[in-house]
Amino acid sequence: MLNIKNLEAKVDNKHILNGLNLDIKPGEVHAIMGPNGSGKSTLANILSGKNGYKTKGEIKFDGQNLSELSTEERAQKGIFLAFQYPLEIPGVNTNVFLRTSLNSIRKARGEKEIDTLSFLKLVKEKSSELGIDEKFLSRQLNVGFSGGEKKKNEILQMKILQPKLAILDETDSGLDIDALRIVADGVNSYKNKDNAFLIITHYQRLLDYIKPDFIHVLSKGKIVKTGNAELGIELEKTGYTNFI
Amino acid sequence: MKTEDLKNSQEYKYGFTTDVENIRAPKGLNEDTIKFISNIKKEPNWMLEWRLKAFNRLKALKEPNWQKPKYPKINYQDLYYYSAPKSSSEKPTSLDEIDPKILETYKKLGIPLDEQKRLNGIAVDAVFDSVSVATTFKDELTKKGIIFCSISEAIQKHPDLVKKYLGSVIPLSDHYFATLNSAVFTDGSFVYIPPNTRCPMELSTYFRINASETGQFERTLIIADKGSYVSYLEGCTAPMRDENQLHAANVELVALDDAEIKYSTVQNWYPGDENGVGGIYNFVTKRGACRGKNSKISWTQVETGSAITWKYPSCILQGDNSVGEFYSIAITNNHQKADTGTKMIHLGKNTKSKIISKGISAGKADNMYRGLVEVKNKASNSRNYTQCDSLLMGNKCGAHTIPYIKNNNSTSTIEHEATTTKINEEQLYYCNQRGLDQEEAVSLIVNGFCKEVLQQLPMEFAVEAQKLVAISLEGSVG
Ligand SMILES: Nc1ncnc2c1ncn2[C@@H]1O[C@H](COP(=O)(O)OP(=O)(O)OP(=O)(O)O)[C@@H](O)[C@H]1O
Ligand SMILES: [Mg+2]
Repeated sequence: MLNIKNLEAKVDNKHILNGLNLDIKPGEVHAIMGPNGSGKSTLANILSGKNGYKTKGEIKFDGQNLSELSTEERAQKGIFLAFQYPLEIPGVNTNVFLRTSLNSIRKARGEKEIDTLSFLKLVKEKSSELGIDEKFLSRQLNVGFSGGEKKKNEILQMKILQPKLAILDETDSGLDIDALRIVADGVNSYKNKDNAFLIITHYQRLLDYIKPDFIHVLSKGKIVKTGNAELGIELEKTGYTNFI
Repeated sequence: MKTEDLKNSQEYKYGFTTDVENIRAPKGLNEDTIKFISNIKKEPNWMLEWRLKAFNRLKALKEPNWQKPKYPKINYQDLYYYSAPKSSSEKPTSLDEIDPKILETYKKLGIPLDEQKRLNGIAVDAVFDSVSVATTFKDELTKKGIIFCSISEAIQKHPDLVKKYLGSVIPLSDHYFATLNSAVFTDGSFVYIPPNTRCPMELSTYFRINASETGQFERTLIIADKGSYVSYLEGCTAPMRDENQLHAANVELVALDDAEIKYSTVQNWYPGDENGVGGIYNFVTKRGACRGKNSKISWTQVETGSAITWKYPSCILQGDNSVGEFYSIAITNNHQKADTGTKMIHLGKNTKSKIISKGISAGKADNMYRGLVEVKNKASNSRNYTQCDSLLMGNKCGAHTIPYIKNNNSTSTIEHEATTTKINEEQLYYCNQRGLDQEEAVSLIVNGFCKEVLQQLPMEFAVEAQKLVAISLEGSVG
């Protein structure tokens, strides 16, 4: 589904990614761990099409060259990023945002807009699965939401938009123990043989709930080690010093 | 003379002209023109005298020049002051008598005037160049004693009300453009709501400039008698031309004891092209008097059109406990300029005013909030709250806020908050990541920014206004 070859990226002449390779197949869960500043969020941003990076190398998504697609086209084709720091948009009702977003994606897929009743039903179902009070959805998008609430809201969006590739950038940071379990359950219940996850995290505890097929260690813009779920447990004990 | 329509009309969808035969006053600003207007409208003599008095005062006045947007000198002798479709020389009494071309025009503008297709629950007065061509739902309103007609008709049929209130809020020689209007005004709406009556529907006027080289001098007068309520909305469009056209309106509102007037404007005059050629000069004097105790006047404006917008809808809070509100969205794109705001004059005790202004500037446009809050010495325990937010899109536009504050009563408080922000790239990215394209994203964010004002509009118009906000900013972000 996703093939990254020799990806390099720089911002203002600062090299951030230095020849990164990664292949993700449908049905797989990949975790990326690595020290602060190693380039994890940068990778997520480049995959989702954020402006401002100079890149070299190749990224293919379902065989298509990603560099040809705008941010919204990538989203419409099924790439979803749960932001490390979700943005606040004052004056915009969360429900309205969700619906506008869903309709943009449906439109791009040649489907018709969702009607009000079906939308409300969908939102009700997904938000109750995540234990999100419906009152939240009539509030302004992320404005005044607590850190954990913002993260849950990202997962709600994921479940409504139904992406093929979901990139979660430190979604677990800031979640309390119960919320962590709820979010993990949310991911596990969404996971199937046709979609894939790229999970960026600092903590093994998330990976206790969501079993990754692969764990990659990113350091200075490169994957320096790839292993299976065991690697996380080892990292938890020894830290990154053995690998970087 | 350049009066051809401009062809590249994709952005401004109201830019067409209607080909009708016109009756015009000869060009030029002089007593003969004024007599022509008064005569063709069959006005009583007192009205003509009033106009001539204004014209005499005008000779001593100069155009104001303190405003930020400068404009080339207007040659007042080279303008037409009256232009009306020939077919309307007698105001049609039924729709069958209206020129089908004019009916078609309003249909294209989304304002069907025919019986079956009328807008639900909204009475419309349609003003085409210098005359009112139709007023809908008149009979239903008359049953409640409500008068909703053109000002020309009111001068003939309700002279006592007109004499009593016309010029009572905007004095005859207030300033150059207001005085010019008093001399040559042509048409506009008149509303009278009798005591203790709640107007059962929205009243609205749709102003259309069609003829070229013609100034439009709108005059509107709304009186809400004791304990009454009315919500009024005006909309404006004009053809695309490479000349600048002048729209100099006077609007006067009077609210007596316990009465409330809600006045909303969606101003979408032709703004000129992307190089700043053409467009309407929208120089407007709007003023409301909260004359009675506990009265309330609320102005809401969505200003997206015009080459230059220059207006300060104001409230004179005379009655004790009276309330004035001003909610404004002013959008300027390309080369548009807006210098707009409000004046809240607190005279009575316990008077309150609230100002929410949202200025959005894109392209090379310039957007200025200018507002006065003045508390006179007898206005004890009065309060004002002002919030002015500016949103900039790109690096070539400007936003300015100039609040004038005069507080002469120590028991009163004035609060002012102002912010200026640039449209946030991260927010746009977030929206794009959720599948919204750039235009949808801008529209969503900007409508969020304007929400407090949009919420004030009557439901029927809020949706239209949201779309208009989005359209006005199309192509403004890379
Ligand atoms: N726009 C930018 N301009 C300059 N430097 C940048 C920019 N974006 C990222 N960087 C730098 O690139 C490096 C990688 O940043 P990135 O956010 O990808 O790290 P990360 O691995 O996600 O870290 P964390 O674990 O703290 O979230 C950091 O040193 C960061 O300061
Ligand atoms: Mg990060």
